[in-house]
Amino acid sequence: MSWYKRVKEGITTLTSEKKSVPDGLWHKCNRCKKTLLAEDHAKNQYVCPGCHYHDKIGSEEYFDILFGNDFEELFANIKPTDPLKFKDTKDYAKRLNESQNKSGLTDAMRVAVGNLTEEQKLVVACMDFGFIGGSMGSVVGEKIARAIDYARENRIPLMIVSKSGGARMMEAAFSLMQMAKTSAKLALLGKAGVPYISLLTDPTTGGVTASFAMLGDVNIAEPEALIGFAGPRVIKETIGRDLPKGFQSSEFLLEHGFIDFIVNRTELKSKLTQLVKLLMNK
Amino acid sequence: MTSFDFEKSIQELEEQLAEFEKSQEKGKIDLTDKIEEMKGKIQEEKVKVYSNLNGWQRVQISRHPERPYTLDYIENCFEDFIEFHGDRGVKDDKAMIGGLAKLNGQSVMVIGHQKGRNTKQRQYRNFGMPNPEGYRKALRLMKMAEKFGIPVVCLIDTPGASPGLEAEERGQGEAIARNLLEMSVLKVPIICIIIGEGASGGALGIGIGDRVMMMENTWYSVISPESCSSILWRSWEHKEKAAEALKLTANDMLGNKLIDGIISEPLGGAHQDTSVAYKLFKDALLQEFNAVQKLPIEILIEQRIQKFAEMGSFEE
Ligand SMILES: [Zn+2]
Ligand SMILES: [Zn+2]
Repeated sequence: MSWYKRVKEGITTLTSEKKSVPDGLWHKCNRCKKTLLAEDHAKNQYVCPGCHYHDKIGSEEYFDILFGNDFEELFANIKPTDPLKFKDTKDYAKRLNESQNKSGLTDAMRVAVGNLTEEQKLVVACMDFGFIGGSMGSVVGEKIARAIDYARENRIPLMIVSKSGGARMMEAAFSLMQMAKTSAKLALLGKAGVPYISLLTDPTTGGVTASFAMLGDVNIAEPEALIGFAGPRVIKETIGRDLPKGFQSSEFLLEHGFIDFIVNRTELKSKLTQLVKLLMNK
Repeated sequence: MTSFDFEKSIQELEEQLAEFEKSQEKGKIDLTDKIEEMKGKIQEEKVKVYSNLNGWQRVQISRHPERPYTLDYIENCFEDFIEFHGDRGVKDDKAMIGGLAKLNGQSVMVIGHQKGRNTKQRQYRNFGMPNPEGYRKALRLMKMAEKFGIPVVCLIDTPGASPGLEAEERGQGEAIARNLLEMSVLKVPIICIIIGEGASGGALGIGIGDRVMMMENTWYSVISPESCSSILWRSWEHKEKAAEALKLTANDMLGNKLIDGIISEPLGGAHQDTSVAYKLFKDALLQEFNAVQKLPIEILIEQRIQKFAEMGSFEE
Protein backbone atom coordinates (compact mmCIF):
# COMPACT_ATOMS: atom_id res chain seq x y z
CA MET A 1 0.00 0.00 0.00
CA SER A 2 1.35 3.39 -0.88
CA TRP A 3 0.38 6.13 1.49
CA TYR A 4 1.22 9.76 0.96
CA LYS A 5 0.44 12.96 2.76
CA ARG A 6 -2.27 15.25 1.57
CA VAL A 7 -0.64 18.18 -0.18
CA LYS A 8 -3.59 20.31 -1.23
CA GLU A 9 -4.93 22.83 1.25
CA GLY A 10 -8.51 23.12 2.23
CA ILE A 11 -9.63 19.54 1.92
CA THR A 12 -11.43 18.36 5.00
CA THR A 13 -11.35 14.74 5.98
CA LEU A 14 -14.25 12.82 7.41
CA THR A 15 -14.07 11.68 10.99
CA SER A 16 -12.34 8.33 10.88
CA GLU A 17 -14.02 5.36 12.44
CA LYS A 18 -10.92 3.24 12.16
CA LYS A 19 -7.85 3.96 14.20
CA SER A 20 -5.68 2.22 11.61
CA VAL A 21 -6.28 4.95 9.05
CA PRO A 22 -4.71 8.26 9.99
CA ASP A 23 -6.63 11.43 9.11
CA GLY A 24 -5.64 13.44 6.11
CA LEU A 25 -4.06 10.62 4.09
CA TRP A 26 -4.73 9.73 0.53
CA HIS A 27 -4.43 6.38 -1.15
CA LYS A 28 -3.22 6.04 -4.71
CA CYS A 29 -4.29 2.87 -6.53
CA ASN A 30 -1.38 0.64 -7.45
CA ARG A 31 -2.85 -0.02 -10.85
CA CYS A 32 -5.10 2.75 -12.15
CA LYS A 33 -3.28 5.41 -10.11
CA LYS A 34 -6.58 7.00 -9.08
CA THR A 35 -6.42 8.68 -5.69
CA LEU A 36 -9.03 8.52 -2.99
CA LEU A 37 -9.22 9.11 0.71
CA ALA A 38 -7.41 6.34 2.49
CA GLU A 39 -10.37 6.12 4.81
CA ASP A 40 -12.74 5.50 1.90
CA HIS A 41 -10.31 2.95 0.51
CA ALA A 42 -10.36 1.14 3.84
CA LYS A 43 -14.15 1.30 3.99
CA ASN A 44 -14.21 -0.35 0.57
CA GLN A 45 -12.17 -3.25 2.07
CA TYR A 46 -8.98 -1.90 0.45
CA VAL A 47 -10.39 -2.45 -3.03
CA CYS A 48 -10.09 0.32 -5.62
CA PRO A 49 -13.64 1.50 -6.50
CA GLY A 50 -12.45 2.39 -9.99
CA CYS A 51 -10.57 -0.69 -11.23
CA HIS A 52 -11.30 -3.21 -8.44
CA TYR A 53 -7.62 -3.71 -7.69
CA HIS A 54 -7.38 -5.65 -4.41
CA ASP A 55 -4.64 -4.29 -2.17
CA LYS A 56 -2.73 -6.80 -0.04
CA ILE A 57 -4.11 -6.78 3.49
CA GLY A 58 -3.31 -8.76 6.64
CA SER A 59 -5.10 -10.74 9.34
CA GLU A 60 -6.20 -7.61 11.22
CA GLU A 61 -8.10 -6.35 8.16
CA TYR A 62 -9.64 -9.75 7.31
CA PHE A 63 -10.84 -10.27 10.89
CA ASP A 64 -12.35 -6.78 10.77
CA ILE A 65 -14.07 -7.42 7.43
CA LEU A 66 -15.53 -10.74 8.59
CA PHE A 67 -16.22 -10.15 12.27
CA GLY A 68 -15.96 -6.44 13.05
CA ASN A 69 -15.00 -6.45 16.73
CA ASP A 70 -16.90 -9.63 17.41
CA PHE A 71 -14.11 -12.22 17.56
CA GLU A 72 -11.62 -13.87 19.87
CA GLU A 73 -8.03 -14.56 18.85
CA LEU A 74 -6.85 -18.13 19.50
CA PHE A 75 -3.39 -19.63 20.11
CA ALA A 76 -1.74 -16.18 20.12
CA ASN A 77 0.92 -17.39 22.56
CA ILE A 78 2.64 -19.69 20.03
CA LYS A 79 5.97 -18.19 19.01
CA PRO A 80 8.71 -19.15 16.55
CA THR A 81 12.15 -20.51 17.48
CA ASP A 82 15.33 -21.06 15.48
CA PRO A 83 15.63 -24.86 15.64
CA LEU A 84 18.46 -25.16 13.10
CA LYS A 85 20.42 -22.07 14.23
CA PHE A 86 20.03 -21.06 10.61
CA LYS A 87 22.32 -18.42 9.22
CA ASP A 88 22.45 -17.07 5.68
CA THR A 89 23.39 -13.44 5.17
CA LYS A 90 21.64 -12.87 8.49
CA ASP A 91 20.86 -15.00 11.56
CA TYR A 92 17.31 -16.35 11.41
CA ALA A 93 16.87 -15.47 15.09
CA LYS A 94 17.69 -11.87 14.24
CA ARG A 95 15.43 -11.92 11.21
CA LEU A 96 12.55 -13.15 13.39
CA ASN A 97 13.18 -10.42 15.91
CA GLU A 98 13.27 -7.68 13.31
CA SER A 99 10.12 -8.96 11.61
CA GLN A 100 8.31 -9.11 14.94
CA ASN A 101 9.30 -5.55 15.80
CA LYS A 102 8.45 -4.22 12.36
CA SER A 103 5.09 -5.98 11.96
CA GLY A 104 3.89 -6.21 15.55
CA LEU A 105 3.09 -9.86 14.79
CA THR A 106 4.63 -12.99 16.31
CA ASP A 107 4.63 -14.96 13.03
CA ALA A 108 2.84 -15.18 9.67
CA MET A 109 -0.42 -16.70 10.93
CA ARG A 110 -3.23 -15.62 13.26
CA VAL A 111 -6.31 -17.60 14.20
CA ALA A 112 -9.65 -16.22 15.36
CA VAL A 113 -13.12 -17.53 16.10
CA GLY A 114 -15.95 -15.08 15.65
CA ASN A 115 -19.53 -14.54 14.66
CA LEU A 116 -20.01 -14.41 10.94
CA THR A 117 -23.68 -13.78 11.70
CA GLU A 118 -25.55 -13.88 14.99
CA GLU A 119 -26.32 -17.54 14.41
CA GLN A 120 -23.14 -18.72 12.74
CA LYS A 121 -19.62 -18.92 14.11
CA LEU A 122 -16.58 -19.30 11.88
CA VAL A 123 -12.95 -20.19 12.64
CA VAL A 124 -10.57 -18.16 10.48
CA ALA A 125 -6.84 -18.88 10.16
CA CYS A 126 -5.28 -16.01 8.26
CA MET A 127 -1.76 -15.58 6.92
CA ASP A 128 0.19 -12.33 7.15
CA PHE A 129 2.35 -11.63 4.12
CA GLY A 130 4.08 -8.85 6.05
CA PHE A 131 5.90 -11.43 8.18
CA ILE A 132 8.82 -12.90 6.16
CA GLY A 133 6.68 -13.04 3.02
CA GLY A 134 3.95 -15.06 4.69
CA SER A 135 6.30 -18.02 4.65
CA MET A 136 5.23 -21.26 6.33
CA GLY A 137 7.33 -22.28 9.30
CA SER A 138 6.50 -24.38 12.36
CA VAL A 139 4.27 -21.71 13.91
CA VAL A 140 2.12 -21.38 10.79
CA GLY A 141 1.72 -25.17 10.68
CA GLU A 142 0.99 -25.53 14.40
CA LYS A 143 -1.58 -22.73 14.42
CA ILE A 144 -3.35 -24.23 11.41
CA ALA A 145 -3.30 -27.66 13.04
CA ARG A 146 -4.85 -26.25 16.22
CA ALA A 147 -7.39 -24.20 14.26
CA ILE A 148 -8.44 -27.41 12.49
CA ASP A 149 -8.70 -29.30 15.81
CA TYR A 150 -10.71 -26.43 17.31
CA ALA A 151 -13.08 -26.39 14.32
CA ARG A 152 -13.48 -30.17 14.47
CA GLU A 153 -14.06 -30.38 18.23
CA ASN A 154 -16.54 -27.49 18.25
CA ARG A 155 -18.08 -28.35 14.87
CA ILE A 156 -17.55 -24.82 13.56
CA PRO A 157 -16.71 -24.35 9.85
CA LEU A 158 -13.15 -23.33 9.08
CA MET A 159 -11.72 -20.87 6.59
CA ILE A 160 -8.00 -20.52 5.94
CA VAL A 161 -6.90 -17.33 4.18
CA SER A 162 -3.71 -18.09 2.25
CA LYS A 163 -1.22 -15.39 1.29
CA SER A 164 2.27 -16.80 1.14
CA GLY A 165 5.48 -17.08 -0.81
CA GLY A 166 5.64 -20.74 0.28
CA ALA A 167 8.07 -22.51 2.57
CA ARG A 168 10.24 -20.78 5.16
CA MET A 169 13.70 -21.86 4.06
CA MET A 170 15.26 -20.95 7.41
CA GLU A 171 13.26 -23.78 8.99
CA ALA A 172 14.20 -26.16 6.16
CA ALA A 173 12.65 -29.63 6.60
CA PHE A 174 10.61 -28.44 9.61
CA SER A 175 8.90 -26.12 7.16
CA LEU A 176 8.40 -28.91 4.60
CA MET A 177 6.72 -31.15 7.17
CA GLN A 178 4.09 -28.50 7.94
CA MET A 179 2.59 -29.45 4.57
CA ALA A 180 2.17 -33.01 5.81
CA LYS A 181 0.96 -31.93 9.23
CA THR A 182 -1.75 -29.54 8.00
CA SER A 183 -2.97 -31.94 5.29
CA ALA A 184 -3.22 -34.85 7.75
CA LYS A 185 -5.26 -32.68 10.15
CA LEU A 186 -7.54 -31.65 7.28
CA ALA A 187 -8.16 -35.32 6.52
CA LEU A 188 -9.54 -35.67 10.08
CA LEU A 189 -11.68 -32.55 9.67
CA GLY A 190 -13.09 -34.01 6.47
CA LYS A 191 -13.93 -37.30 8.20
CA ALA A 192 -15.76 -35.34 10.90
CA GLY A 193 -17.85 -33.65 8.21
CA VAL A 194 -16.96 -30.09 9.21
CA PRO A 195 -16.69 -27.78 6.17
CA TYR A 196 -13.39 -26.19 5.19
CA ILE A 197 -13.27 -23.21 2.87
CA SER A 198 -9.92 -22.19 1.42
CA LEU A 199 -9.60 -18.54 0.39
CA LEU A 200 -6.61 -17.98 -1.87
CA THR A 201 -5.34 -14.42 -2.08
CA ASP A 202 -2.42 -12.70 -3.78
CA PRO A 203 0.04 -14.41 -3.72
CA THR A 204 -0.40 -18.10 -2.86
CA THR A 205 2.53 -20.20 -4.04
CA GLY A 206 4.86 -23.11 -3.22
CA GLY A 207 4.23 -25.44 -0.32
CA VAL A 208 1.09 -23.59 0.75
CA THR A 209 -0.52 -24.25 -2.65
CA ALA A 210 0.73 -27.85 -2.47
CA SER A 211 -1.01 -28.44 0.86
CA PHE A 212 -3.90 -26.81 2.73
CA ALA A 213 -4.67 -24.03 0.22
CA MET A 214 -5.78 -26.53 -2.44
CA LEU A 215 -7.65 -28.84 -0.08
CA GLY A 216 -10.82 -26.86 0.59
CA ASP A 217 -14.20 -28.48 0.25
CA VAL A 218 -14.70 -25.19 -1.53
CA ASN A 219 -11.71 -23.29 -2.94
CA ILE A 220 -12.36 -19.61 -3.52
CA ALA A 221 -10.05 -16.79 -4.59
CA GLU A 222 -9.88 -13.03 -4.69
CA PRO A 223 -9.72 -11.64 -8.26
CA GLU A 224 -6.41 -11.54 -10.13
CA ALA A 225 -4.40 -13.21 -7.34
CA LEU A 226 -1.19 -15.05 -8.28
CA ILE A 227 -1.75 -18.72 -7.43
CA GLY A 228 0.66 -21.51 -8.34
CA PHE A 229 3.04 -24.21 -7.22
CA ALA A 230 6.26 -23.12 -8.92
CA GLY A 231 6.92 -19.37 -8.93
CA PRO A 232 6.61 -17.54 -12.27
CA ARG A 233 10.33 -16.70 -12.30
CA VAL A 234 11.33 -20.35 -11.91
CA ILE A 235 8.97 -21.45 -14.69
CA LYS A 236 10.19 -18.68 -16.97
CA GLU A 237 13.80 -19.75 -16.39
CA THR A 238 12.89 -23.41 -16.99
CA ILE A 239 10.99 -22.93 -20.25
CA GLY A 240 13.18 -20.07 -21.49
CA ARG A 241 10.38 -17.79 -22.65
CA ASP A 242 7.83 -15.34 -21.29
CA LEU A 243 4.71 -16.65 -19.62
CA PRO A 244 1.31 -16.17 -21.26
CA LYS A 245 -0.75 -13.25 -19.99
CA GLY A 246 -2.91 -14.16 -17.02
CA PHE A 247 -0.96 -17.39 -16.35
CA GLN A 248 -1.38 -18.52 -12.72
CA SER A 249 -4.08 -15.92 -12.02
CA SER A 250 -7.28 -16.70 -10.09
CA GLU A 251 -9.15 -16.55 -13.40
CA PHE A 252 -6.69 -19.05 -14.95
CA LEU A 253 -7.20 -21.45 -12.05
CA LEU A 254 -10.98 -21.07 -12.26
CA GLU A 255 -10.82 -21.91 -15.97
CA HIS A 256 -8.60 -24.95 -15.32
CA GLY A 257 -10.87 -26.31 -12.63
CA PHE A 258 -9.02 -25.66 -9.36
CA ILE A 259 -11.18 -22.85 -7.95
CA ASP A 260 -14.93 -23.00 -7.30
CA PHE A 261 -15.53 -19.29 -7.69
CA ILE A 262 -13.89 -15.89 -7.49
CA VAL A 263 -15.19 -13.42 -4.96
CA ASN A 264 -14.67 -9.68 -4.73
CA ARG A 265 -13.50 -8.75 -1.28
CA THR A 266 -16.34 -6.27 -0.95
CA GLU A 267 -18.75 -9.21 -1.28
CA LEU A 268 -16.71 -11.69 0.74
CA LYS A 269 -18.75 -11.56 3.92
CA SER A 270 -22.17 -11.85 2.28
CA LYS A 271 -21.07 -14.60 -0.11
CA LEU A 272 -19.39 -16.51 2.71
CA THR A 273 -22.50 -16.22 4.87
CA GLN A 274 -24.59 -17.64 2.05
CA LEU A 275 -22.09 -20.44 1.40
CA VAL A 276 -21.79 -21.50 5.05
CA LYS A 277 -25.60 -21.53 5.40
CA LEU A 278 -25.79 -23.85 2.41
CA LEU A 279 -22.96 -26.09 3.65
CA MET A 280 -24.39 -26.33 7.17
CA ASN A 281 -27.90 -26.89 5.78
CA LYS A 282 -29.23 -24.01 7.87
CA MET B 1 33.44 -44.58 -12.25
CA THR B 2 32.67 -40.94 -11.56
CA SER B 3 34.50 -39.76 -8.45
CA PHE B 4 34.40 -36.59 -6.41
CA ASP B 5 37.01 -34.06 -5.23
CA PHE B 6 36.86 -35.35 -1.68
CA GLU B 7 37.78 -38.84 -2.92
CA LYS B 8 41.05 -37.69 -4.45
CA SER B 9 43.28 -39.05 -1.67
CA ILE B 10 41.71 -42.50 -2.10
CA GLN B 11 42.11 -42.35 -5.85
CA GLU B 12 45.80 -41.48 -5.59
CA LEU B 13 46.44 -44.49 -3.36
CA GLU B 14 44.47 -46.70 -5.74
CA GLU B 15 46.61 -45.52 -8.64
CA GLN B 16 49.76 -46.41 -6.70
CA LEU B 17 48.32 -49.83 -5.94
CA ALA B 18 47.57 -50.38 -9.62
CA GLU B 19 51.19 -49.61 -10.47
CA PHE B 20 52.53 -52.03 -7.84
CA GLU B 21 50.22 -54.72 -9.20
CA LYS B 22 51.40 -54.04 -12.75
CA SER B 23 55.05 -54.35 -11.73
CA GLN B 24 54.25 -57.49 -9.78
CA GLU B 25 52.68 -59.05 -12.86
CA LYS B 26 55.76 -58.32 -14.92
CA GLY B 27 57.56 -60.42 -12.30
CA LYS B 28 60.74 -58.34 -11.89
CA ILE B 29 60.47 -57.78 -8.15
CA ASP B 30 58.31 -59.25 -5.41
CA LEU B 31 55.89 -56.52 -4.18
CA THR B 32 53.47 -58.74 -2.26
CA ASP B 33 54.15 -57.00 1.07
CA LYS B 34 53.88 -53.55 -0.45
CA ILE B 35 50.62 -54.44 -2.14
CA GLU B 36 49.11 -55.72 1.09
CA GLU B 37 50.31 -52.64 2.93
CA MET B 38 48.77 -50.40 0.28
CA LYS B 39 45.45 -52.22 0.43
CA GLY B 40 45.36 -51.62 4.18
CA LYS B 41 46.21 -47.97 3.65
CA ILE B 42 43.38 -47.59 1.12
CA GLN B 43 40.88 -49.10 3.52
CA GLU B 44 42.07 -46.78 6.29
CA GLU B 45 41.78 -43.76 4.00
CA LYS B 46 38.29 -44.78 2.90
CA VAL B 47 37.10 -45.09 6.47
CA LYS B 48 38.66 -41.72 7.23
CA VAL B 49 37.07 -39.96 4.25
CA TYR B 50 33.65 -41.61 4.23
CA SER B 51 32.92 -41.52 7.93
CA ASN B 52 33.16 -37.74 8.05
CA LEU B 53 31.08 -36.70 5.04
CA ASN B 54 29.49 -33.26 5.24
CA GLY B 55 26.09 -32.22 3.83
CA TRP B 56 27.29 -31.18 0.40
CA GLN B 57 29.35 -34.38 -0.01
CA ARG B 58 26.27 -36.48 0.81
CA VAL B 59 24.29 -34.48 -1.76
CA GLN B 60 26.94 -35.30 -4.37
CA ILE B 61 26.85 -39.03 -3.54
CA SER B 62 23.03 -39.01 -3.66
CA ARG B 63 23.31 -37.83 -7.27
CA HIS B 64 26.05 -40.23 -8.34
CA PRO B 65 25.18 -41.34 -11.90
CA GLU B 66 25.69 -45.03 -11.02
CA ARG B 67 23.62 -44.95 -7.85
CA PRO B 68 20.73 -47.46 -7.91
CA TYR B 69 17.37 -46.00 -8.96
CA THR B 70 13.83 -47.20 -8.23
CA LEU B 71 13.77 -49.76 -11.05
CA ASP B 72 17.13 -51.17 -9.87
CA TYR B 73 15.75 -51.78 -6.38
CA ILE B 74 12.62 -53.32 -7.88
CA GLU B 75 14.68 -55.66 -10.04
CA ASN B 76 17.06 -56.68 -7.28
CA CYS B 77 14.93 -56.72 -4.13
CA PHE B 78 11.45 -57.69 -5.36
CA GLU B 79 10.04 -60.46 -7.57
CA ASP B 80 7.28 -60.70 -10.21
CA PHE B 81 6.97 -56.94 -10.78
CA ILE B 82 4.22 -55.80 -13.14
CA GLU B 83 4.31 -52.12 -13.98
CA PHE B 84 1.04 -50.19 -14.23
CA HIS B 85 0.73 -47.06 -16.34
CA GLY B 86 -1.28 -43.88 -16.43
CA ASP B 87 -3.39 -41.67 -14.18
CA ARG B 88 -6.60 -42.47 -16.14
CA GLY B 89 -6.94 -38.77 -16.89
CA VAL B 90 -4.15 -37.21 -18.88
CA LYS B 91 -1.23 -39.52 -19.61
CA ASP B 92 1.45 -41.81 -18.26
CA ASP B 93 4.16 -39.94 -16.34
CA LYS B 94 7.58 -41.50 -16.93
CA ALA B 95 9.16 -39.78 -13.91
CA MET B 96 6.87 -41.71 -11.56
CA ILE B 97 6.55 -45.46 -11.87
CA GLY B 98 4.60 -48.07 -9.98
CA GLY B 99 3.16 -51.53 -9.93
CA LEU B 100 2.63 -54.71 -7.95
CA ALA B 101 5.48 -56.99 -6.93
CA LYS B 102 6.29 -59.65 -4.38
CA LEU B 103 8.53 -58.98 -1.42
CA ASN B 104 9.46 -62.30 0.16
CA GLY B 105 6.17 -63.77 -1.00
CA GLN B 106 4.03 -60.83 0.13
CA SER B 107 2.32 -58.63 -2.51
CA VAL B 108 3.30 -54.96 -2.25
CA MET B 109 2.52 -51.88 -4.34
CA VAL B 110 5.87 -50.30 -5.21
CA ILE B 111 5.78 -46.67 -6.31
CA GLY B 112 8.77 -44.42 -6.97
CA HIS B 113 10.41 -41.57 -8.79
CA GLN B 114 12.48 -42.76 -11.73
CA LYS B 115 15.58 -41.04 -13.13
CA GLY B 116 17.42 -41.91 -16.34
CA ARG B 117 21.09 -42.78 -16.78
CA ASN B 118 22.04 -41.35 -20.18
CA THR B 119 21.00 -38.12 -21.87
CA LYS B 120 18.14 -39.74 -23.76
CA GLN B 121 16.80 -41.62 -20.73
CA ARG B 122 17.16 -38.60 -18.52
CA GLN B 123 14.92 -36.62 -20.86
CA TYR B 124 12.49 -39.53 -21.17
CA ARG B 125 12.23 -39.62 -17.37
CA ASN B 126 12.08 -35.81 -17.16
CA PHE B 127 15.07 -35.96 -14.76
CA GLY B 128 12.89 -37.65 -12.16
CA MET B 129 10.58 -34.62 -11.93
CA PRO B 130 6.92 -35.73 -12.07
CA ASN B 131 4.04 -33.72 -13.45
CA PRO B 132 0.63 -33.73 -11.72
CA GLU B 133 -0.35 -36.91 -13.55
CA GLY B 134 2.61 -38.65 -11.89
CA TYR B 135 1.26 -37.87 -8.43
CA ARG B 136 -2.24 -38.82 -9.57
CA LYS B 137 -0.99 -42.14 -10.95
CA ALA B 138 0.74 -42.76 -7.62
CA LEU B 139 -2.52 -42.05 -5.77
CA ARG B 140 -4.49 -44.30 -8.11
CA LEU B 141 -2.12 -47.16 -7.34
CA MET B 142 -2.26 -46.49 -3.60
CA LYS B 143 -6.06 -46.58 -3.72
CA MET B 144 -5.87 -49.88 -5.59
CA ALA B 145 -3.54 -51.22 -2.90
CA GLU B 146 -5.94 -50.04 -0.20
CA LYS B 147 -8.83 -51.81 -1.93
CA PHE B 148 -6.99 -55.14 -1.87
CA GLY B 149 -5.30 -54.69 1.51
CA ILE B 150 -1.83 -54.59 -0.01
CA PRO B 151 0.92 -52.55 1.71
CA VAL B 152 2.62 -49.68 -0.13
CA VAL B 153 6.34 -48.98 -0.58
CA CYS B 154 7.34 -45.52 -1.88
CA LEU B 155 10.87 -44.92 -3.16
CA ILE B 156 11.80 -41.25 -3.23
CA ASP B 157 14.44 -39.84 -5.57
CA THR B 158 13.61 -36.48 -7.15
CA PRO B 159 15.19 -33.07 -7.64
CA GLY B 160 11.63 -31.71 -7.31
CA ALA B 161 8.22 -31.72 -8.94
CA SER B 162 8.34 -30.45 -12.50
CA PRO B 163 8.03 -26.68 -12.88
CA GLY B 164 6.34 -25.77 -16.16
CA LEU B 165 3.32 -24.44 -17.99
CA GLU B 166 1.53 -27.77 -18.26
CA ALA B 167 2.29 -28.76 -14.67
CA GLU B 168 0.63 -25.54 -13.47
CA GLU B 169 -2.32 -25.87 -15.86
CA ARG B 170 -3.03 -29.36 -14.56
CA GLY B 171 -2.61 -28.38 -10.92
CA GLN B 172 0.76 -29.50 -9.58
CA GLY B 173 -0.09 -27.99 -6.19
CA GLU B 174 -3.45 -29.72 -5.98
CA ALA B 175 -2.01 -33.08 -7.03
CA ILE B 176 0.67 -33.03 -4.31
CA ALA B 177 -1.75 -31.68 -1.68
CA ARG B 178 -4.29 -34.41 -2.46
CA ASN B 179 -1.64 -37.10 -1.98
CA LEU B 180 -0.61 -35.69 1.41
CA LEU B 181 -4.20 -35.80 2.60
CA GLU B 182 -5.06 -39.22 1.17
CA MET B 183 -1.81 -40.90 2.26
CA SER B 184 -2.27 -39.73 5.84
CA VAL B 185 -5.44 -41.83 6.11
CA LEU B 186 -4.73 -44.66 3.64
CA LYS B 187 -5.93 -47.91 5.19
CA VAL B 188 -2.82 -50.00 4.44
CA PRO B 189 0.72 -49.74 5.85
CA ILE B 190 3.03 -47.35 3.95
CA ILE B 191 6.84 -47.46 4.08
CA CYS B 192 8.70 -44.57 2.41
CA ILE B 193 12.41 -44.74 1.68
CA ILE B 194 14.52 -41.87 0.36
CA ILE B 195 16.97 -43.61 -1.97
CA GLY B 196 18.58 -40.51 -3.51
CA GLU B 197 17.31 -36.95 -3.59
CA GLY B 198 14.39 -35.81 -1.47
CA ALA B 199 13.59 -32.36 -2.77
CA SER B 200 10.68 -30.53 -1.29
CA GLY B 201 7.00 -31.10 -2.13
CA GLY B 202 7.99 -33.24 -5.10
CA ALA B 203 9.43 -35.77 -2.64
CA LEU B 204 6.81 -35.35 0.07
CA GLY B 205 4.05 -36.01 -2.52
CA ILE B 206 4.77 -39.74 -2.07
CA GLY B 207 6.38 -39.34 1.35
CA ILE B 208 3.67 -39.80 3.98
CA GLY B 209 4.25 -43.15 5.66
CA ASP B 210 4.13 -45.20 8.84
CA ARG B 211 7.90 -45.38 8.47
CA VAL B 212 9.94 -42.80 6.59
CA MET B 213 13.52 -44.01 6.20
CA MET B 214 16.54 -42.36 4.61
CA MET B 215 19.41 -44.25 3.09
CA GLU B 216 22.70 -43.13 4.58
CA ASN B 217 23.90 -40.98 1.67
CA THR B 218 20.73 -39.17 0.70
CA TRP B 219 19.28 -35.76 1.44
CA TYR B 220 15.81 -34.50 2.26
CA SER B 221 14.78 -30.88 2.60
CA VAL B 222 12.49 -28.09 1.56
CA ILE B 223 14.79 -26.93 -1.25
CA SER B 224 18.01 -28.00 -2.97
CA PRO B 225 21.24 -26.44 -1.67
CA GLU B 226 21.77 -24.74 -5.05
CA SER B 227 18.35 -23.07 -5.10
CA CYS B 228 18.65 -22.15 -1.43
CA SER B 229 22.00 -20.53 -2.16
CA SER B 230 20.61 -18.58 -5.10
CA ILE B 231 17.64 -17.28 -3.11
CA LEU B 232 19.20 -16.53 0.28
CA TRP B 233 22.74 -15.63 -0.82
CA ARG B 234 21.69 -14.39 -4.28
CA SER B 235 24.37 -16.53 -5.92
CA TRP B 236 24.78 -20.20 -6.82
CA GLU B 237 28.21 -20.34 -5.19
CA HIS B 238 27.15 -20.86 -1.59
CA LYS B 239 25.70 -24.34 -2.13
CA GLU B 240 28.08 -25.94 0.38
CA LYS B 241 27.14 -23.43 3.06
CA ALA B 242 23.46 -23.88 2.17
CA ALA B 243 23.78 -27.67 2.42
CA GLU B 244 25.18 -27.31 5.95
CA ALA B 245 22.57 -24.75 7.00
CA LEU B 246 19.64 -26.84 5.74
CA LYS B 247 20.59 -29.82 7.96
CA LEU B 248 19.51 -32.13 5.17
CA THR B 249 21.48 -35.32 5.92
CA ALA B 250 19.94 -38.51 7.27
CA ASN B 251 21.64 -37.97 10.63
CA ASP B 252 20.33 -34.41 10.94
CA MET B 253 16.83 -35.45 9.89
CA LEU B 254 16.74 -38.29 12.41
CA GLY B 255 18.12 -35.99 15.12
CA ASN B 256 15.29 -33.51 14.44
CA LYS B 257 12.73 -36.36 14.57
CA LEU B 258 11.64 -35.70 10.98
CA ILE B 259 12.34 -39.27 9.82
CA ASP B 260 12.11 -42.66 11.54
CA GLY B 261 15.39 -44.33 10.66
CA ILE B 262 18.51 -44.64 8.53
CA ILE B 263 19.47 -47.51 6.22
CA SER B 264 23.22 -48.12 6.05
CA GLU B 265 25.06 -48.16 2.73
CA PRO B 266 28.34 -49.76 1.71
CA LEU B 267 31.39 -47.59 2.47
CA GLY B 268 31.41 -44.61 0.08
CA GLY B 269 27.84 -45.04 -1.13
CA ALA B 270 25.38 -47.53 -2.63
CA HIS B 271 27.08 -47.37 -6.06
CA GLN B 272 30.36 -48.71 -4.59
CA ASP B 273 28.87 -52.14 -4.02
CA THR B 274 25.29 -52.42 -5.22
CA SER B 275 24.73 -56.03 -4.12
CA VAL B 276 25.52 -55.05 -0.53
CA ALA B 277 23.29 -51.97 -0.92
CA TYR B 278 20.37 -54.12 -2.11
CA LYS B 279 20.78 -56.51 0.81
CA LEU B 280 20.87 -53.71 3.39
CA PHE B 281 17.84 -52.10 1.74
CA LYS B 282 15.80 -55.30 1.65
CA ASP B 283 16.66 -56.33 5.21
CA ALA B 284 15.63 -52.92 6.51
CA LEU B 285 12.41 -52.90 4.49
CA LEU B 286 11.40 -56.36 5.75
CA GLN B 287 12.17 -55.40 9.32
CA GLU B 288 10.01 -52.27 9.13
CA PHE B 289 7.16 -54.18 7.48
CA ASN B 290 7.22 -56.81 10.18
CA ALA B 291 6.98 -54.09 12.80
CA VAL B 292 4.11 -52.12 11.24
CA GLN B 293 2.06 -55.15 10.23
CA LYS B 294 1.75 -56.18 13.87
CA LEU B 295 -0.52 -53.19 14.53
CA PRO B 296 -4.22 -52.87 13.60
CA ILE B 297 -4.64 -50.38 10.76
CA GLU B 298 -6.71 -47.90 12.84
CA ILE B 299 -3.87 -47.61 15.36
CA LEU B 300 -1.34 -47.33 12.56
CA ILE B 301 -3.22 -44.42 10.95
CA GLU B 302 -3.62 -42.68 14.30
CA GLN B 303 0.12 -42.99 14.93
CA ARG B 304 0.92 -41.88 11.36
CA ILE B 305 -1.09 -38.65 11.77
CA GLN B 306 0.23 -38.06 15.28
CA LYS B 307 3.83 -38.40 14.10
CA PHE B 308 3.46 -35.69 11.46
CA ALA B 309 1.38 -33.54 13.83
CA GLU B 310 4.30 -33.47 16.27
CA MET B 311 6.79 -32.17 13.70
CA GLY B 312 7.81 -28.59 14.25
CA SER B 313 9.60 -26.31 16.66
CA PHE B 314 7.91 -23.46 18.55
CA GLU B 315 7.49 -21.94 22.00
CA GLU B 316 4.37 -21.17 23.99
ZN1 LIG C 1 -3.24 0.30 -3.11
ZN1 LIG D 1 -7.61 1.25 -9.34
